[in-house]
Amino acid sequence: MEGKTPPSGGSGLDRQFLNRARDEAAVIPEIGHFAVVAALVTAASLAGAGLVGAATGRAAWVDACRGLAAAQAGLILLGFVLLTVTFLRDDFSVELAAAHSNTLLPWQYKFSAVWGNHEGSFLLWTLVMAGWTLAVALAGGRLEQAFFGRVMGVLGLLNVGFLLFLLLASNPFARLAPFVPLEGNDLNPLLQDFGQIVHPPMLYVGYVGFSVAFAFAVAALLSGRLDAAWARWSRPWTNVAWAFQTVGIALGSWWAYYELGWGGWWFWDPVENASFMPWLAGTALVHSLAVTEKRGAFKSWTVLLAIATFSLCLVGAFVVRSGVLTSVHAFAVDPERGMFLLILLAVAVGGALVLYAMRAPAIRSRLQYGGLSRELLLLVNNLLLVAAVAVIFIYTLYPLAYEAATGGDRISVGPPYFNRVFVPLMFVLAVFLALAPAARWKRTPLTVLRRIGVLFGIGAALGAVGSLLLGGVLKPGAMLATALATWIVATHVDDFRKRRGARPLGYLGMVTAHVGFAVCMVGVAVTSEYSEGIDARMSVGESVEVGGVGYTLAALDRVRGPNYVADRAVFETDDGVRLAPEKRTYFARGDVMTEAAIRPGFFGDRYVTLGEPVADDAWGVRIEHKPMVRWIWLGGLLMAFGGLVAMADGRYRRLASRDSASAPAGRGGAQPA
Amino acid sequence: MTRARALLALPLAVFVGIVLLLHAGFGLGRADLLPSALLGKPFPDFDLPTLGGEPASRSRADLLGKVRLVNVWATWCPTCAAEHDELAGIAAETGIGIVGINYKDDPNAARAWLAQRGDPYRFHIVDANGDLGVDLGVYGAPETFVVDADGVIRFKQVGAVTAETWRDSIAPVVVSLREALIQERQR
Repeated sequence: MEGKTPPSGGSGLDRQFLNRARDEAAVIPEIGHFAVVAALVTAASLAGAGLVGAATGRAAWVDACRGLAAAQAGLILLGFVLLTVTFLRDDFSVELAAAHSNTLLPWQYKFSAVWGNHEGSFLLWTLVMAGWTLAVALAGGRLEQAFFGRVMGVLGLLNVGFLLFLLLASNPFARLAPFVPLEGNDLNPLLQDFGQIVHPPMLYVGYVGFSVAFAFAVAALLSGRLDAAWARWSRPWTNVAWAFQTVGIALGSWWAYYELGWGGWWFWDPVENASFMPWLAGTALVHSLAVTEKRGAFKSWTVLLAIATFSLCLVGAFVVRSGVLTSVHAFAVDPERGMFLLILLAVAVGGALVLYAMRAPAIRSRLQYGGLSRELLLLVNNLLLVAAVAVIFIYTLYPLAYEAATGGDRISVGPPYFNRVFVPLMFVLAVFLALAPAARWKRTPLTVLRRIGVLFGIGAALGAVGSLLLGGVLKPGAMLATALATWIVATHVDDFRKRRGARPLGYLGMVTAHVGFAVCMVGVAVTSEYSEGIDARMSVGESVEVGGVGYTLAALDRVRGPNYVADRAVFETDDGVRLAPEKRTYFARGDVMTEAAIRPGFFGDRYVTLGEPVADDAWGVRIEHKPMVRWIWLGGLLMAFGGLVAMADGRYRRLASRDSASAPAGRGGAQPA
Repeated sequence: MTRARALLALPLAVFVGIVLLLHAGFGLGRADLLPSALLGKPFPDFDLPTLGGEPASRSRADLLGKVRLVNVWATWCPTCAAEHDELAGIAAETGIGIVGINYKDDPNAARAWLAQRGDPYRFHIVDANGDLGVDLGVYGAPETFVVDADGVIRFKQVGAVTAETWRDSIAPVVVSLREALIQERQR
């Protein structure tokens, strides 16, 4: 080192930076940054071309939207890929990589570390937004031109907001110069997990996907064209967004279950609520769009739901990112960003609601429908779901309101509050859900209702007996849930059998999703009521019994992973199952993490976690048996699958092209409800 | 404007209310770090026995003159055990005086606990029945207060002091108080 120093002189750190700077690849993040700036310009052009083109009837401008949407998606994708390359290369001159990655981090987590933080995850958000915009641009050829222009314009405008936020308040490409760390701070160990690789992208595809329904609603208000055709165009998009969000939420719940280490699968945490509220509103929207499309009713209500659903997505982003509500999930929190997001929320949603107040058709209820018609059932569905959203919203924000009102006193609203209201609402919803397949538009014949009654007797009896056989003890909640779920399945299977030829994809999707709801309900109820577990102090050789199975602590040892060391306990059960929970200490941050050992099963999981060492050779351990917990996520996946199947129904496309060619169609054939 | 039309403006009104609430939530700033009504108020008076050593009792006067951390701890509190090493590290690194409040605890158990883990504190006040805890608005152990040279509470941390909370929220307060103190003395 003695002798020559670079002309700029300086310390070793300076030299190191200069060496880095000479490295040609160091320019990679700069190109990525530039691509995202270019995407912002493109998004602004898209907004202008779409909205102005539609307003002034310039066909060429509207046509240009397709190219602009493709350019926007390409540019953001380029930025995203280059940021990923930066992480994989361990280029810690980029602040984000230095803060969230590490040379020892396994490559797949370097990959997911890109979105395991605020800035990167927001870049992913804008990428998903651009992807949806491109999808609408490519598939929207059948839309009437002015309408298409407005949809594109609104989507472009939204992404202008998101990209501005990204570049001004959370730039993922910010550099650490001139002092470049040699080693990164590592990814939060909670996020070093497969579930976290797939959970955020799924959730974002859902969250952002509702922006399409929002754009359709705003475009419809702008055009004054709030008709059946508008609903028919919206339906498949809404279904896809809803399906992805369903998968995202199920994955999140699954992740919390095995990674947070205390065996819970839902906590009513503000961040969970932030994704659950738009999901519930989206579920209501999927159903009310059916009424608007088939019967031309609930128009103002449906358009309001479309706006509300996306607004709740934005509120969700605000809650997660601003730190206004404290939460176990808030990995990246910053008040300034929160303020920016609040302004974004106010402009986007406020604008849409002003438009709504001015343009929505006044509410009239001239539509005729009788007792237990399909319209009525769907109305009840909507009221129950919206009530659930309202309850969760109020309970989530109540601590905030309380603090604002009292000037600093803090309280928290725990799961019991949520459960007390939410669970009964879902039971009532289940009753109406069981009636769904047999119900008809306008009026449901009495004979059909009688048949449902008979099915109720059979289903409820079967379900109740089943739950009794499964658990051995009578638990009213589990019994009621299984009875209702069996009834739901019975009425759907019965209707499915009777239909024979007339089973379009929309119908199949509905049946699948509804059965998924029943499966999920059984899982939730049985897990909640029949789970058992013990906390024990165990040393090697000792045994305990949980759920009729004996667990013996066979060995305690220390193991080394790629970026951690761990204490590991090995348990063996009576029936030959080996479970090895770990307590890991990660090198880079010194974080201590509990890694649960889980033996999954269709009818129940065994779940073992390590607590604290209580002596040299003894540990506190928690052993649990969680019957049918998998059914919760299985049900979620079925619901999502149902949504996708319904989306694929070709009738939307055929009818949609007919609509844009001529006047809106009055009524369809068989109903994809 | 008809009633039906007015009804359509209702969502907008509700939304404005929600935005105002969220904005208010923001005005509370980083409220999670500053929940104590005592912030900016003098540390309450006390005259309590110590865990050992001379003198046998301490009062509020013993806190004055320097920026200090006051840490509420107990042997029944597992988080306090986890926090202990961090506090020892902070004391060794920064030389800041940490005063312990042994809260609703058995003094003999507390002495044994310190003998086993080491004692980075300057001294410990025994608050056996939690009277001082009530005056301080303590929710539970551990809690840590930053008290300035004039005996005024400047910061309160509910829950363990970790490397992150020290670096992000407590150290900045301590550093600015120390700088202010130095400037004042130079004047």
